Amino acid sequence: MELAKKDHEQPSVQSLAISKPESRLYMSFISVAFISLLIGGLMGLLQVFIRSGKFTLPAGIDYYQILTVHGVILGLVLTTYFIIGFHFSLMGKTVGISIKQRKTAWVAFWIMVIGTIMTAITILFGEASVLYTFYAPLRAHPAFYIGLALVIIGSWIAGFVNWRQLALWKKAHPDEKSPLLAFMVTVNTVMWFIASLGVAVAVLVQFIPWSLGYAETINVLISRTLFWYFGHPLVYFWLLPAYMAWYAIIPKIIGGKIFSDSLARLSFVLFLFFSIPVGFHHQLTEPGIDPTWKFIQVVLTFMVVIPSLMTAFSMFATFEITGRRKGAKGLFGWFKKLPWKDVRFLAPFIGMLAFIPGGAGGIINASHQMNALIHNTIWVTGHFHLTVATTVMLTFFGISYWLIPYLRGRKLTPNINRLGIIQAIIWTVGMTIMSGAMHIEGLLGAPRRSSYSEYGGGEQVSEWIGYQMAQAIGGTILFIGIVLMVYIFIKLTFFAPKGEEEFPIAEEEVDAQPTPAFFENWKLWIGITVALILAAYTIPFIEIIQTSPPGSVPFDFPIGR
Amino acid sequence: MHLHKFEKIWLVCGIGSLVVFLFIVGYGAFWQGTHPQSHGVTIDPYNIESNEAFKPENLGLTKVDDDKYIVNIAASAFNYDLGKDEEGNAVKTIRIPKGSTVLFQAATKDVVHGFHVAGTNVNMMVEPGYVSSLETVMDNAGTYTIVCNEYCGVGHHMMYATVEVYE
Repeated sequence: MELAKKDHEQPSVQSLAISKPESRLYMSFISVAFISLLIGGLMGLLQVFIRSGKFTLPAGIDYYQILTVHGVILGLVLTTYFIIGFHFSLMGKTVGISIKQRKTAWVAFWIMVIGTIMTAITILFGEASVLYTFYAPLRAHPAFYIGLALVIIGSWIAGFVNWRQLALWKKAHPDEKSPLLAFMVTVNTVMWFIASLGVAVAVLVQFIPWSLGYAETINVLISRTLFWYFGHPLVYFWLLPAYMAWYAIIPKIIGGKIFSDSLARLSFVLFLFFSIPVGFHHQLTEPGIDPTWKFIQVVLTFMVVIPSLMTAFSMFATFEITGRRKGAKGLFGWFKKLPWKDVRFLAPFIGMLAFIPGGAGGIINASHQMNALIHNTIWVTGHFHLTVATTVMLTFFGISYWLIPYLRGRKLTPNINRLGIIQAIIWTVGMTIMSGAMHIEGLLGAPRRSSYSEYGGGEQVSEWIGYQMAQAIGGTILFIGIVLMVYIFIKLTFFAPKGEEEFPIAEEEVDAQPTPAFFENWKLWIGITVALILAAYTIPFIEIIQTSPPGSVPFDFPIGR
Repeated sequence: MHLHKFEKIWLVCGIGSLVVFLFIVGYGAFWQGTHPQSHGVTIDPYNIESNEAFKPENLGLTKVDDDKYIVNIAASAFNYDLGKDEEGNAVKTIRIPKGSTVLFQAATKDVVHGFHVAGTNVNMMVEPGYVSSLETVMDNAGTYTIVCNEYCGVGHHMMYATVEVYE
């Protein structure tokens, strides 16, 4: 009896203490992310300046070298490091980390750092101006590919540690459901592992031997197909940590409860299913893939509309329920009860709003035929600056405002909170201008990933350049936002007053419906994921191999090596 | 698993519109033939001239019938080869009467290129070993810039040509 009573009194949310050495691990990952933000942001600033046509780069630096740095350091380095640091913090808080696991996590960190430095040096020496997609047959220096492979391997080790953390916790808590956030981290790392196998195979089997000269030629279409098998789940790997914060952290910040634990889990499982067997929608205008298979993957792509609708409903249901509990009246009175002056809420909320046009743009991009109008235009750049650079980044900033002081034993002061609100507004203004101009210019046909050019002075081009000017203005505002964010990061890490900050994890309603036990059936989820991947890729992949043209020799000249 | 009543309504409406949407996309693709370009036609990437269409004399604009044209393009870093005019100069502008049916065929001699008649849906990836082709009706008069919209190296932004659709 006594035991049962004790169990009952346990809080429904696991909330473990995080020790100093753990904090150091998590902060190391997050710090690399913020250093990357500054460097990558500076590159972005240079790009919009050059594209305005009013500036040229000094000392023979190539536009595409800067573009490669921007893409690699923001798209691959910043995101992966921040996400792994956030994953570890969530796991440490909800299921705990052993000393052995912590040491393994450090191994992951250093492998990733070595890989990042190798890649960075290769790019800085102009030996890898191949952009972050490194499409064959442009050949970078082998160190570029080896560095990238190390970053991926390091991230796998981090994921394996996360799985081990949950497995040990489950052993110690046999009949309990896994904590929601630990479940979500596991979904994201499982997805990351399955997806990055594709790019790992491309890099290890195709690119490294070919760049070293051991293999004479490379199969271009297979390398692209393997890249995009990875490339789309990559964007969900960025998005899902933001969803973790929306589902399980924001409700606590606004003083509410989780809308539905099982709904949150279901939406994550659906993301696992429908993030990988969809890569062809990035290859719709390619000549070598059967259009029926393209269409099948387009249909699978659109299945993510379902978890997205579920997420939107959950978010606004939480907002409304919480507002009404606080005494809001009328149809929209709850809206005023939201903590608008709390940057931990405001920044992610703006991110959620940005996801509405971002998602709508995504529907256009993946729409089989409509894709031809915008493929590789700067519309696409505008699209992912809304989704990853606004939705995801503002949510990551929102997380940083409590996570960094929590890990550093400091306080988010009202002063920093105010700076944060200003930062979020600057970001919104800058991005609206820059991304808006990119969308319009893209619809007019202007290409992405291109240095300033008048293209022989065509009528259309003179129209484009005005929008590039607008992008320079938006980009400059965004850079101010980046400098302010890095200042806030330094302040929160080293100078904010000592104190205790809350690690906000929302609880379920007291009378919440129990979560079905089948959610813990990982074999089922992974089995369905693999089955969907095999269904979507096996036949077209065999077709691609069977009808392959001769492979391509490496090209060094076009990238200026 | 419990779902709120409003959420059921929301999801039924959402998924319903998704089904309608995908049906329309599929109808366009399979019944009206608006699939994105992919014909799986291969070519020797080291010798694209082995294909009749990409022999030097066949590059550029060819009239095949009243209102029917073929444009063959050999792409390489950083140029679209549209053949030579009578004086032996490289063609940079193609002129097509409005309302013509035009078949664009492109192949690359080196790396991956893009081929986009800017502002239209003539937008193809051009990859080593494959022929990219797309047939369209040029309905709107105007001057269109053809841009390479896939990064192909240091001179990527200097790779262009022009299409004039005249009344």
